Amino acid sequence: MTIEVKFFASLREQLGRGEASLTAANPMSVAEVWSQATDNAEMPANVLMALNMEYVTAETTVNDGDEVAFFPPVTGG
Amino acid sequence: MHSEIREQPFEPYAELLKYQQSMQAAGRYGATAVFVGSMRDINENDTVTAMELEHYPGMTEKYLHTLGEQAAAHWDLIDSLILHRVGRVEPDDAIVLVAVWSAHRKDAFEASRYLMEELKSKAPFWKKEQTPEGERWVENNTAGY
Repeated sequence: MTIEVKFFASLREQLGRGEASLTAANPMSVAEVWSQATDNAEMPANVLMALNMEYVTAETTVNDGDEVAFFPPVTGG
Repeated sequence: MHSEIREQPFEPYAELLKYQQSMQAAGRYGATAVFVGSMRDINENDTVTAMELEHYPGMTEKYLHTLGEQAAAHWDLIDSLILHRVGRVEPDDAIVLVAVWSAHRKDAFEASRYLMEELKSKAPFWKKEQTPEGERWVENNTAGY
């Protein structure tokens, strides 16, 4: 299965890329997606996570075709 | 109910008037609450010459639309408008416009405050400031309450 991963803002700059594509045999958690997409980098404590453009937690299950995004605290407005 | 991301500068008061006229609701609203957020030229005691406003295309639009729906479900509103800039922003440019029309001030005030606080704390936007010393990401928004 394929999972599209996105990183935004300071997190994208720290990781040196804005996107990643993962292939996995089985469904996995958002936390596992992070580990695979970042070569097991430590997840920042304040990171926010979205699955298919909705906020989720690290334990949420990710399935084939899903889009997962990681980003720092938001600063709009 | 309308929300939109803008890549070009906009004049918030002209947008407000234009939208209000398009609502076809004259005589029904007795209260209009408006918030305009503009770029300052100083932050944390440093001069800021410009900002780059990034967003998550798709999620940001979806989130703003959902916010409008939530406000309409919770308060007695006639209409609402949210505009937000992305891209290169300069001091005095409008960053955000939130306007709420209702029969009475309670719903207009409360719903506009709700929209702004939710937008500031959850809508996926990020600001990168340009200062004479270089670029830096804004790490957190100040608390609204």
